[in-house]
Amino acid sequence: MVNTILKTKNVKLKYGDFEALHGIDLDFNQNEITALIGPSGCGKSTYLRCLNRMNDLIDGVTVTGDFDFQGADVYADDYDIVDLRKQIGMVFQQPNPFPMSIYDNVVYGLRVAGVRDKATLDEAAQTSLKQAAIWDEVKNKLDQSALALSGGQQQRVCIARALAVSPDIILLDEPTSALDPHSSRQIEATLLQLKEKYTIITVTHNLQQAARIADKTAFFLSGDLIEAADTKQIFMNPEHKETSDFITGRFG
Amino acid sequence: MDKIRESILTKSHASKLERRGKIISFMCLGGICLIVLAIFIFIAYRGLATFTSDHVSIFKFLGGTKWNPEVTENGHPLVGALPMITGSFLITILATLLALPFAIGTALMMTDITPKMGTRILQPVLELLVGIPSVVYGFVGLTVVVPFMRSIFGGSGFGILAGTFVLFVMVLPTITSMTVDALKSVPKDYRSASLALGATRWQTIYKVVLRTATPGILTAIVFGMARAFGEALAVQMVVGNAALMPTSLVAPASTLTSVLTTGIGNTVLGTVQNDALWSLALILLLMSLAFNLAIHLIAKRGELKR
Repeated sequence: MVNTILKTKNVKLKYGDFEALHGIDLDFNQNEITALIGPSGCGKSTYLRCLNRMNDLIDGVTVTGDFDFQGADVYADDYDIVDLRKQIGMVFQQPNPFPMSIYDNVVYGLRVAGVRDKATLDEAAQTSLKQAAIWDEVKNKLDQSALALSGGQQQRVCIARALAVSPDIILLDEPTSALDPHSSRQIEATLLQLKEKYTIITVTHNLQQAARIADKTAFFLSGDLIEAADTKQIFMNPEHKETSDFITGRFG
Repeated sequence: MDKIRESILTKSHASKLERRGKIISFMCLGGICLIVLAIFIFIAYRGLATFTSDHVSIFKFLGGTKWNPEVTENGHPLVGALPMITGSFLITILATLLALPFAIGTALMMTDITPKMGTRILQPVLELLVGIPSVVYGFVGLTVVVPFMRSIFGGSGFGILAGTFVLFVMVLPTITSMTVDALKSVPKDYRSASLALGATRWQTIYKVVLRTATPGILTAIVFGMARAFGEALAVQMVVGNAALMPTSLVAPASTLTSVLTTGIGNTVLGTVQNDALWSLALILLLMSLAFNLAIHLIAKRGELKR
C-alpha cells in the first residue's frame, strides 16, 4: 500500500506580476524518489522551493494553492515555518557546508533546535554521516573544516546535515550538477539507500540520472506540469508529444 | 625578406606606447613611495632628537606623567607622555566599544533584515556622516555634548567622556560600512542552508552570518580604532586639553593629537619643546603602523580559515 505523504494542488507562483507556475497538481509517495525534469527555466526548482517555503525569502513572490503535508496546510497562517523546514529538509545545487568543522556542520540543525546533550549530538552525527555514505572518509577528521573536503564529499556532508534533523522528506535541487561523474554516482547510490527511510524529491538536469534512480518522474515545461508518472512510463511510453521530444533530446 | 625582418626587429608604435605608459606608472609609484619614506625619515629624525640631542630617557618619556616641556627638572625637560598616551587609548577604545553594537546592528539592518530600507535610507545617512567635516563634529560636541556632561557630572564638562561621544559618531560610519561589506561577502548559500535546516533568522544571523564575517568585522573595528586614534580637531575641541594623567572620565584630559594641534604652532623648530611634540607624532605614526599590521594579520588569518 503506497502512502501519499505530500499533496499539492493548483500551485501558482508569481514574481510580482509574472506568473512562473500556472497551477501544478502533484502528489508524492512515501519512500519513493520523485524526479522533476524539464528544460532550464521551466519552474521545476521554483516548484521544489515552494514545498519548504524557501520562496518566502524572495521579495515580491506570492504562492497560492493547496499544500497538504500529513494532513496540514503548509501555507496556513499559523503553520510553523521553522518546524516545516525541520520536516522537509533541503540540499542545494552548490555544496554549501558552513565554514565550520564537519561535526559542527552536521549537528547544526539539532543545535538550533535546542539539543545540547553531547551524546545525542555525537550519535546523530555518526548515524547521519553513515547514512550519507561519508562516515568512513571523515570519521578521523570530524573536527576539521568541512571546506577542506572535495566537492562530492562536501555535498554528502550537506546531505548528512539535512538528515541529522530526521526530516520526513528531503528536497534536492540539482544535487549533482556541480560534481564530477564519479561523485555524482556516489550521491546517486546514497539516495537509493536513503529511500528506505525518507521520501526524496529531486530536481535534475540529468535525464539518465532520473531514469536510474527515480520511481516517479514529473516533466515540467514553461511553468506547467506536462505529465507525471512512473519513471519507466515517462521514458518508454510518454503520453505527451512534448515529453517524448524532451526525452529524445529534440529540445531542452 | 629584409623588409619583414626589419619590421619585426623594430619596435611598433603600440609597443612604444605600452612602454611609455609603464614608465609613467612606475614613476608615479616611485614618487609616492619616496614621499612616504621621506615622511617616515623626517618624523623619525625629529622625533628621536628628544632622546639623542636633548638626552631624555625613552622610559621617562613613555612612562613619565608630567608634561611641561618648558620646565627642566634635574637638567632634563619634563616630557612625560603617559597622560596623552593614556588619553588617546582610552578615548579610542571607549569610542570603538560604544560604536560597535550600533555598527553591527545597523549593518545587519542593511544586509539581512530590511535591505531595501538599508540601501534607500541608511546608506545615504552613513555617507553623509562620513562627509561632515570634523570641525563641525567638534563644534556640535562643544555646544551640545560638553554642556550636557557638565549638567550631569558637574565640573567643566570637558574630558574623555565628551571626546568619546564625539568620536563615537565619527567612527560609526567607518565601522558600519566595513561591517556591511563583511556581511555582504557571506555567501547567500549559507543563509539559505541554515534556514532550510529549521534555523530562525536570528539563529542564522548569530550562528552563521556573524561568525563567518568575524574577520571582516575585526578589520572594521581596527579601521575604526585607527580613525579614532588619529582624529585631532574634534577631540581637541571637547577633551579639555589638560596634559594631566586622567583620573576621571569627565575631568579635562588630553590626547596625543590634541597636544600636537594645540602645541605645534607655538614652538620653535629645534627646541626641546618642539622635539617633544615630534616624538608624540612619532608615536602616532608607529601606532597607525601597528593598526595596519593588525589589519593585515586579521585578513590573513581569515583567509587561512576559508
